[in-house]
Amino acid sequence: MRNPTFQVTRRQMVRGLLATGAFGLTVKLSACGNAPTASGGDTLTAGFIYVGPKDDYGYNQAHAEGRASLDGMDGVKTSEEASVPETNAVQETIRSMIDLDGATAIFATSFGYFDPHVLALAQDFPEVQFFHCGGLYQEGVHPENVGSYFGYIDEAQYVAGVVAAHASSSKRLGFIAAKPIPQVLRNVNSFTLGARSIDPSVTTQVIFTGDWADPVREAEAANSMADQGVDVLTCHVDSPKVVIETAERRGIFASGYHANQAELAPQGYLTGAEWDWSNVYNNYITMMQEGKTLMNGGIPHLVRGGFKDGFLKLSPYGPGVSASAQEAAEAAKAQLISGELVIYKGEIKDNQGKVAIAGGKELGQTAVELEQMNWLAEGVMGSVG
Amino acid sequence: MASEALGWWGIPLAILAGTLRGSAPFLFVSLGECLTEKSGKINLGLEGTLLMGAMSAYAVSYLTGSPWLGVIVAGIAGMFLGVIHGWLSQQPRVNDVAVGIAMIIFGSGLAFFLGKPFIQPSAPQLPVISLGAWSQMPQVQSALQISPLFLAGVAIAPLMQWFFRSSRWGLLVRAVGDSPDAARAMGISIFKVRMASIVAGSFLAGIGGASLSLFYPGSWSERISSGQGLMAVALVIFARWSPVQCLYASLLFGGAQAIGPALQSVGIDAYYYLFNASPYILTLIIMIVTCSPKRTLTGAPGALGQAQE
Repeated sequence: MRNPTFQVTRRQMVRGLLATGAFGLTVKLSACGNAPTASGGDTLTAGFIYVGPKDDYGYNQAHAEGRASLDGMDGVKTSEEASVPETNAVQETIRSMIDLDGATAIFATSFGYFDPHVLALAQDFPEVQFFHCGGLYQEGVHPENVGSYFGYIDEAQYVAGVVAAHASSSKRLGFIAAKPIPQVLRNVNSFTLGARSIDPSVTTQVIFTGDWADPVREAEAANSMADQGVDVLTCHVDSPKVVIETAERRGIFASGYHANQAELAPQGYLTGAEWDWSNVYNNYITMMQEGKTLMNGGIPHLVRGGFKDGFLKLSPYGPGVSASAQEAAEAAKAQLISGELVIYKGEIKDNQGKVAIAGGKELGQTAVELEQMNWLAEGVMGSVG
Repeated sequence: MASEALGWWGIPLAILAGTLRGSAPFLFVSLGECLTEKSGKINLGLEGTLLMGAMSAYAVSYLTGSPWLGVIVAGIAGMFLGVIHGWLSQQPRVNDVAVGIAMIIFGSGLAFFLGKPFIQPSAPQLPVISLGAWSQMPQVQSALQISPLFLAGVAIAPLMQWFFRSSRWGLLVRAVGDSPDAARAMGISIFKVRMASIVAGSFLAGIGGASLSLFYPGSWSERISSGQGLMAVALVIFARWSPVQCLYASLLFGGAQAIGPALQSVGIDAYYYLFNASPYILTLIIMIVTCSPKRTLTGAPGALGQAQE
């Protein structure tokens, strides 16, 4: 009973429509978030958007913890949505946060939200303030109700390197990195420079997995490095969970990233380079409650900082960190805060033997050269290409 | 310095270890797909089944504290998706490939939705069988920590081969897959045989998911499968629908996953994108070598992919 011509009967049409509807529903369900009711009066409503799940022990969890720290504040309401992709979906999310929740400040925490999504909506809603995490704001180019914020987390990686050098007995550290982009290379280099400030014979083996989240390859990389005698692992991937757990299973030390992963490795967790967004978000909200805005110039458009400005913190030291290691780490941290210690201070060679930063030259955290880093420091085993 | 560093010996060891650790999901999914395709239906949705299995195994293991219960629930969750696919794909003039793609989206969407609360907690993992106690080297000991699920998969492959070749039920599955008309003339219900094959295949794929979340890498996240389910479906084709060859192909793919990281760990860091892509390149090469425009694939079930009346 084959019918060679292609005809669509009404029944098939209805089926097709039902299927499409069901698909739409599934997509909606899988991206559902919570939306507290709209605010009135003097309450300030701020919307937070994350690109992934907010309990992934990683980047998004760090932001969600910062958001949660606002819960106790008076006169503030927050709404949040997790797992929002860097597509038009984020525009829809922002729209509904403004229209339905009455948000007057939007915190878009993923790098890819900025252009074109945040920029487009900033023009549609000139009275709403948009804060983007990633430091892309350019004066004169972008709308004045847009601001950006970012932290110099490589300072915390430097201190983690100091701790790792003390803990390592094989003098081989491992770094599992997603992609060879400047921010990642800066973390690899700072971690290594921190370790080599304690013992110049320490080397860091870097493995690039090629993807921000690829659990199997991350686990494979962690195991290969453990086989090669690496005894401290750290990483720069979206969710360090698999790396930290694998290190613990292999009985080696691990140093965290983004958020605190100490529960995952009660034996081997040394410390970790964590974001401390709670400070940043509290400051923003306080400024807004004082009537300052991006538009009236009360809030700076570009907010950046390291330890000194409260953008970063270290995870509490684990059982494998000796007293002398803690002392050295605290000293390094104090010097970073006071400004005595500049991480990128010449002469620094890259791992090909060329001079990357000339002798006597100091690159402070704001230096443009650091944002374009495309080399690995001496002592790093690996290559960027 | 202790004798820890293995140097170049690390590469073959890492590939061996990667094979033993990472091939179980490929093995279970490809065995499940082999059974399904032998009955004449394709189930592309096993990628979704794999994710659903991984999520439910992790969730149940976390909630009850028993990883084995998690494995069983993963299989049942797989069967649930299998029933949907088995019913939908056997409706008149329904294309099983299209249903399979819908099932990938449905299975993964459902797993992501239900799995949200289980990303953070750590669930109890399956016990490991250590076969490396004879060695003094911690690397070898670690490489030879084998998952009981992997051993089960290795046992299932020849059993399934025997099932197809020598058992009456295996004959029924093959008959339905090769010549549905003949099977119908024998008085066999094609619908029931195919449904049973799809559901059993999905059960195996669900178990494969449990191996991902409860053994290696041993965690639930939305990116846990990274396409392994789809690769395993492709793997059945060049395993020529033979369960034992599925086993070899799965071992090859599990090992290929370890090549990229292993080479970088000994300092070969050029072209790592290329090495990381080795499982996919391997797929392409094998497809090119085994396919010919002049003949159909030997071993392919006769009614595979044919529209139902």
